[in-house]
Amino acid sequence: MGYIIDGLMEAFHLIVSLDPDVMEITVLSLIVSLTATVVATTLALPFGTAIKFTEFPGKKVLINLIQTLYSLPTVLVGLLVFLLITRHGPLGFAGLLFTPQAMILAQTILILPIMVGLTISALSGVDETIRDTIISLGATRLQFLTSIVREARFAIFAAVVVGFGRAISEVGAAILIGGNIAHRTRVLTTAISLNTSQWEIGTSIALGIVLLAIALVVNTGVTLFQQR
Amino acid sequence: MKKGILMVLAVIMVAAAIAAGCTGTSDREANLNPSETRTLLLATTTSLYDTGLLDALKAPFEKEYNAKVDIISAGTGTALGYGENGDVDVMMVHDRAREDAFIENGHGIDRRVIAYNYFVIVGPEADPAGVKNMNPEEAFTTIREKGLADPAQVKFVSRGDNSGTHAKEKAIWNGAGFNYTTDITKSGDWYIEAGTGMGATLVMADEKAAYTLSDIGTYLAYKDKIALVPVVSEGEILLNVYSVMRINPEKHPGVNSSLAKDWINYLITPSTQKTIEEFGVETYGEPLFFPAAGNWDTMGVNRSEVEGPVV
Repeated sequence: MGYIIDGLMEAFHLIVSLDPDVMEITVLSLIVSLTATVVATTLALPFGTAIKFTEFPGKKVLINLIQTLYSLPTVLVGLLVFLLITRHGPLGFAGLLFTPQAMILAQTILILPIMVGLTISALSGVDETIRDTIISLGATRLQFLTSIVREARFAIFAAVVVGFGRAISEVGAAILIGGNIAHRTRVLTTAISLNTSQWEIGTSIALGIVLLAIALVVNTGVTLFQQR
Repeated sequence: MKKGILMVLAVIMVAAAIAAGCTGTSDREANLNPSETRTLLLATTTSLYDTGLLDALKAPFEKEYNAKVDIISAGTGTALGYGENGDVDVMMVHDRAREDAFIENGHGIDRRVIAYNYFVIVGPEADPAGVKNMNPEEAFTTIREKGLADPAQVKFVSRGDNSGTHAKEKAIWNGAGFNYTTDITKSGDWYIEAGTGMGATLVMADEKAAYTLSDIGTYLAYKDKIALVPVVSEGEILLNVYSVMRINPEKHPGVNSSLAKDWINYLITPSTQKTIEEFGVETYGEPLFFPAAGNWDTMGVNRSEVEGPVV
């Protein structure tokens, strides 16, 4: 039990003293995952809306496929992106492997299906009568779509938060694509993995607390937003 | 919708502010050294990283050459894989046979031997297999025998990750007359393949009160965190030679070849060799690595592999 208490005390010290390494790792985690979330949202919103309000053959199959990809394993995304960006891969010329940019790419791919899928669900959740009202008021196609998205904003925002949560908490892709390079591609999850394997329990606990705190702050923010 | 846009804007602004904060640091560095900072991407065996030696070596280099050294700690097998794809500029590994093949296939050039130490078989203090002070091959044979008979008492944790240490372990099994694939792996519960770095493997072996093969450097760096003790540390086969080589720029254009050359030359200079010699003495009471300089006979390599500057 002693090592847990020691670890907690060390963690407390690292956090309260704003330890530069912990801060740096946290900041990089936030940059990578927030950017991935912003990019994925920008893509998922129009894509999800298009799927929802367009009829085409194979629509059900596509939605089924998107929902299957919710459980896309993070290491598989890591492997996929690795094969693409390794020097002799199709995108190897860009020299992206072991960079934060590549980690953003991997996380975007990882969370895109879940965000498209949840966007579709969010739009489906808008009451039929609201849709009919908008149409009966003589809205153009664009006005109709923006009005529906506005109606669904809380649910869409929840989708964004789920995507961000999946991005910031994943370790498989981050370690394969980033390489866990100190001061460059080391994020909260890969740092916890390394520190635990090196038996630096205090640092691991500190980083774990930070990771949880981020989730707490984000969720509190969302709840406040949704209650307004 | 306005609120939504505001929230998105807020998120972007926070991200931008953080990003600005980050570039702020590098700007400060850039101001100290007006010329552009170059980055060297280095793949290394976990032992050089887990001991802290590489961190100690890279700081003076970064200052002197106005460069940044990014380290991927991965084990010799993975490091060679990155090298084969041209994904790193330089690598530091310890498996002569595979290094030779790597160079023969045209991937690597300019290998220099930089340091050596010894592997050590560590295990529980009670030594349940009774192998203390045997030679390494005898010890392995005994651990296998006792482990097969009573896996609850005698276990062996293998790196199991194609690292240099794992290659050495296989060499010892072969030296003891076993076929690694048929006689050792999957031969029973006594043999555990960790699939991870040296430090993590030591922690796992400690947790399971098992034997394992470790480089002495990582063992000493972890000694205070674990209860395992060295049981076998004598035997020619335990010699562990570390080398550095750069990736062939003709085969892999795009690698940072000139900086890789600088790194190799930096490692073989007398002052760096002295840093290697002194590293860890203060903390552990004994050196973790011996410098290659002056020790080519001990390591069985040519003098030019130790001293010859890369041009």
